[in-house]
Amino acid sequence: MKILNSRRDFIKTGALVTGGVLASPFIVPGAYAAPANELKLAVIGCGGRGTGAVFQAMETGHPIKLVAMADAFRDRLDNSHKLILEKYGSDKVAVDEEMKLTGFEGYKAAIAAADVVILATPPGFRPMHFEEAVKQGKQIFMEKPVATDAAGIRRVLKAAEEAKAKKLNVVVGLQRHYQNNYRETIKRIHDGAIGDITGGQVYWNDGGVWVRERKPEQTEMEYQMRNWYYFNWLCGDHITEQHVHNIDVANWVKQGYPVKAEGTGGRQVRTGKENGEIFDHHVVTFTYADGSVIHSECRHFPGAANRVDESFQGTKGKVYMSAGNYGVLTDWKGNELYNHPRENQPNPYQQEHDELWATLMKGEYKFADAENAAKSTMTSIMGRYATYSGKPLTWDEAINGTVDLFPEKLAWDAMPKLVPGPDGYYPHAIPGKTKVI
Amino acid sequence: MYSTKKLYFILYFLAVGLAILAFSNFQKAHFEAYTQKIPGTQVTFTMTPIQAGEFLMGDNSSSAADETPAHRVNLDAFWIGTHEVTWDAFELFLDKNYELAISEEPLGARVDGLSRPSLPYLDMTFGMGKEGKPAIGMTQYGAIQYCHWLFLKTGIFYRLPTEAEWEYAARAGSSSSYFFGEDQESLEVYAWTAENSKESTQKVGMKKPSPWGIYDIYGNVLEWTYDQYEPDFYKRSSSNNPVNPATKLYPRVVRGGSFASPASEANSTKRFKSSPDWKRIDPQIPKSQWWFPEAPFLGLRLVRPLNPPSPEEINAYYTASPITDY
Repeated sequence: MKILNSRRDFIKTGALVTGGVLASPFIVPGAYAAPANELKLAVIGCGGRGTGAVFQAMETGHPIKLVAMADAFRDRLDNSHKLILEKYGSDKVAVDEEMKLTGFEGYKAAIAAADVVILATPPGFRPMHFEEAVKQGKQIFMEKPVATDAAGIRRVLKAAEEAKAKKLNVVVGLQRHYQNNYRETIKRIHDGAIGDITGGQVYWNDGGVWVRERKPEQTEMEYQMRNWYYFNWLCGDHITEQHVHNIDVANWVKQGYPVKAEGTGGRQVRTGKENGEIFDHHVVTFTYADGSVIHSECRHFPGAANRVDESFQGTKGKVYMSAGNYGVLTDWKGNELYNHPRENQPNPYQQEHDELWATLMKGEYKFADAENAAKSTMTSIMGRYATYSGKPLTWDEAINGTVDLFPEKLAWDAMPKLVPGPDGYYPHAIPGKTKVI
Repeated sequence: MYSTKKLYFILYFLAVGLAILAFSNFQKAHFEAYTQKIPGTQVTFTMTPIQAGEFLMGDNSSSAADETPAHRVNLDAFWIGTHEVTWDAFELFLDKNYELAISEEPLGARVDGLSRPSLPYLDMTFGMGKEGKPAIGMTQYGAIQYCHWLFLKTGIFYRLPTEAEWEYAARAGSSSSYFFGEDQESLEVYAWTAENSKESTQKVGMKKPSPWGIYDIYGNVLEWTYDQYEPDFYKRSSSNNPVNPATKLYPRVVRGGSFASPASEANSTKRFKSSPDWKRIDPQIPKSQWWFPEAPFLGLRLVRPLNPPSPEEINAYYTASPITDY
């Protein structure tokens, strides 16, 4: 604990730590020669995104050592470890066997072993992992969304306050906040380039994502964990897991969070046993405190048209933005006010790590992304509550919702709250009938 | 009696004549343009025959060293896609549930068992639309697996063009930079490039075709070939059905020109190469073996050799493992 504390002090104060860290025998030319200021990293959730985030951390070029990995599944952890070790070598990757932690509880020891943690499991676990990382005083990169129900959001908001009090940097993978077209365009909107924003439309319409097949040896808990996208306690439905990006842009542009949501949705084309309980489409209107309305639309319809972008209208003009580096401001006469260059833009997934790790290396405190991430995630959950219930609801009603999706007990032989019926199909929300809050 | 006999006689010759006519039609149809229906669906595409022949590949007058030396190449006959492959067809391969949903018959065990692309988390149409528009952003592995799926559906060996086949088809018998000569001003009539595309893919077949009946060969999207890109390959290339089989993931040859290419780069001889930069923003590790999230300008065009190789060679073509990318 003493070493951990001194390390934390280093990050807080920027003081140089002397001694106690062995210089690596495998010095890469151009790398830091004596990594006395080396930061220890742990990754919780070793899927493609967690592994990708470790790569992006390593690519910052700072002296980072991966010391612990945690995942519910050993096979996922091993695949990830192999790729990271192959790419960065044993001077950057020193994960002892006892620091390869599996099951539901491994995250605690993994977090304890590190200065900086990457939280990249399915989002249902994020509140628990974020709470623990904050409690242990760690610097944090966590993926979006940050919860799947109001109960989880309340935990994240509480921990976010604690993180601020402890001056722990928290970066959240809502990477549009680290993408230049969004930053530059939205700065101009806030400076009044197109007047007050009176309405907008945000979309994530595409064909859907992967399905993992059930295997006969799996318990219900393991099956849901493997095929997590289709279960709300883990995923939050695609309006939360995916569309949160676009909804978050609406909140960013509006500099606030909606006071009310109304919506409709259902399961129109993706209706199989392997598709759990989530809807394949949601259409929501979010009303903000000033009365302006944002239309939100997300669907997983293969074969239909795709659209993933954000548009807003103001009193003096309009704006179009997308992850393809678009940021175009136009006045109502059609004059272009700003058009962000689309070529040679930084990779936002790398940018978020470049900025975080540069701050950590300087021992500074700069990033407090958790509160906005929690509130934007809550916005998407409020949208889901509206489409699942078929009833309008206010922000206060939504965030105080008492329906807790999380299982009573986490164990491979424990039962999640949602189980399939005798025909193998999972019950799903029925608007007009389902209780969501 | 007589008239009946005469009638039988006439009918007999008519039948024989029809049979001969049908047979000769069959012989001719054997190497003619045809329409391929994707079985079980209403989706079709057309293939254009390219006669066997010899041509001068490369361009000694080019400022690009990799286009030299110009060298004699002989090619066997093949069909080439009249158009670039569209989302209408590619999306059936991309998503088995979608294929099942619109198919009029069961898929069969072999099609059912084929491994499909990971469904892209990002919008791989990049907001440019699907219907009638070229499928884009796939890796070479993804492009070959699309051919594999088509083979399982149709029993016909579809594959990517070799670099030589692509250039031969693009030249359409010409020895100039374009099949219409050297006048870049005329490119507008035949191709979607950065000059006229409004930064988007366009529906296939909207511009004039080449003299050999091929559309969009210089524009709309770059097209995959099978070859490894090697700047000096023309110096050691064989003259008979040359191909440079790939042993490394990058770079591999892509050809043509695209909606994002300057018109000056869209011609018969310009050699483009694939780049790991095209996967730069893939946030996952390992990076997808199926998708390039920053290559909205890349698509594919099919080839079918007139004389298909052995079943073993076909199997080897489709089942080569992809190289891990991270």
